Amino acid sequence: MSEIFVVIEHRLGEIRDITYEMLWKAGDLSEKLSHTVTAVLLGHEVDPIAENIKDRADKIIIYDDERLKNFNADISKEILAGLIEDLQPEITLIGNTSWGAELAPALSVKTGLPLATDCIDIAFENGKIIAQRQMYSGKIFSNVSFAKSDGYIFTIRSGVFPKDKTGDRQAEKIQKDFPAPDRELKKSFVEFVETAAGDVDIAQADLLVSVGRGIGEEENIAIVKELSEALNGILSCSRPIVDKNWLPKYLQVGTSGKSVSPKVYVAVGISGAFQHMAGLSGAGTIIAINKDPKAPIFRTAHYGIVDDLFKIVPALKEKALAAKKG
Amino acid sequence: MNIIVCLKQVPDTETQISIAADGKSISTDNIKWVMNPYDEYAVEEALQIREKFGGEVTIVGVGPKRVTESIRTALAMGADKGILVDDQAIVGNDSLGTARVLTAVIKDLDYDIILCGKQGVDDDYGIVGSMLAEFLDIPQISIAVKLDISEDGSKVTVNREVEGGTFVIEAPLPALVTAQKGLNEPRYASLPGIMKAKKKPLDVKAIADLGLDAGSVGEAGAKIEIKEITLPKPRQAGKIVEGETPQEKAANLAKFLHEEAKIL
Repeated sequence: MSEIFVVIEHRLGEIRDITYEMLWKAGDLSEKLSHTVTAVLLGHEVDPIAENIKDRADKIIIYDDERLKNFNADISKEILAGLIEDLQPEITLIGNTSWGAELAPALSVKTGLPLATDCIDIAFENGKIIAQRQMYSGKIFSNVSFAKSDGYIFTIRSGVFPKDKTGDRQAEKIQKDFPAPDRELKKSFVEFVETAAGDVDIAQADLLVSVGRGIGEEENIAIVKELSEALNGILSCSRPIVDKNWLPKYLQVGTSGKSVSPKVYVAVGISGAFQHMAGLSGAGTIIAINKDPKAPIFRTAHYGIVDDLFKIVPALKEKALAAKKG
Repeated sequence: MNIIVCLKQVPDTETQISIAADGKSISTDNIKWVMNPYDEYAVEEALQIREKFGGEVTIVGVGPKRVTESIRTALAMGADKGILVDDQAIVGNDSLGTARVLTAVIKDLDYDIILCGKQGVDDDYGIVGSMLAEFLDIPQISIAVKLDISEDGSKVTVNREVEGGTFVIEAPLPALVTAQKGLNEPRYASLPGIMKAKKKPLDVKAIADLGLDAGSVGEAGAKIEIKEITLPKPRQAGKIVEGETPQEKAANLAKFLHEEAKIL
């Protein structure tokens, strides 16, 4: 029986959503393959994190060391390469995040295992493992196969898998000693600067109200912001708004911005270019407000209003405020 | 300070992508080929570093002859020289193959910093830069939105974008940094720049010149292979919320938000 490794992503003591999503996928694969789910947790003082995921894995391998306090691809790569060599997992899952972008390719070179990045699913065809992913900013879907190997590494796109538990699991915790690095570390961590707006991370939001080119002028963004507040949601935007420097880049949805997975996404004055829609593959209900009935967004949106946003947005805000008052 | 920029040529992002008869690749008819947009940030950053520290900017590309046009574009922006690896053996390269070719070119060059785009906007893997750093055994910092080199030229400090914030990371040079949008505003090539670029050196190399085994690159060396590509399935068209007036439409949508999405 082989194993599925999930490399646990966390920051400042908090588990990132991608971790739960990967654990779900690992659980899903474990049923098909009869493999065990092994969470690999690197960090410092990570007991609460292990506690939090223990019902989502069969085994948690923990490396707890001061030197692992901040993410460092160099050390993580060394540790994981050693562990992969020891335990020979058939599948290793890593988040397709800033973390994963530095870690996974280097790990692939170090271990010699093939790597497919930014996967939206993992499937089997005639007993062979296949990665499903997108290319050309989501204009094309591709199935990728691998040269035969003892193991395979995948990085997983955020927001495509559920965050739910799978099955009944009670992980055994295994503490491992931090292997002495064979040389001095090359990089050093200086600081983490949280996004200026505090807690706004559109990737984690349940409801997004997103503004696009149709808003016309910078000062008009205020009405969309007011709508987002009335709906208890968070404001996001499409690329042209960031290109004009009207809103910061961390609010941008799409392939050059963020992939988001809100339960509800309200697109205001957004035409719905491929690059934008590709960031919405994990969204629940998409609502579009646009005066152009031919706008591509109406091909994807579940609900659409074809009208002037300057009339719809204030009216919708009033309705939302009235509903809140009950 | 000697700077190397790795360049990829990709279809213009406005191109309508269609699938070729083999079902595995895109049709290359009517494609406008351009420099990978993320590589433009890398070229611009390289030029700014040279303006401050002096030295040379070398562009390295891998691919067929048409890639020379994109290398010339980088030379017209102000880079000093170009190298293209063009060989039948590299057809079918995966990211690993491309990283091996780039390693073979760069390992013998004299460099202080290597810049790449954070990913190619064609296959969107985002692997090559990180693998190249691993092969060369130098530090890598990916997804940079700000880059500063210390006055003495010994180390680089990079703000790298992470979800919900920024990491500030320091590394000694030589190092490899991958560029994210926002790193800078790439300049356009000027007319004199374009004229000058025609005379700048652009070496074309084959696999044999690099001492690479043809079996380690191209289709033969690839560890991953695209079996099939498809167009996204069109989703069923949604429901248009009707109403006589904007107020009525908004009211009907609010009703939906209340009853079905349960958010009001």
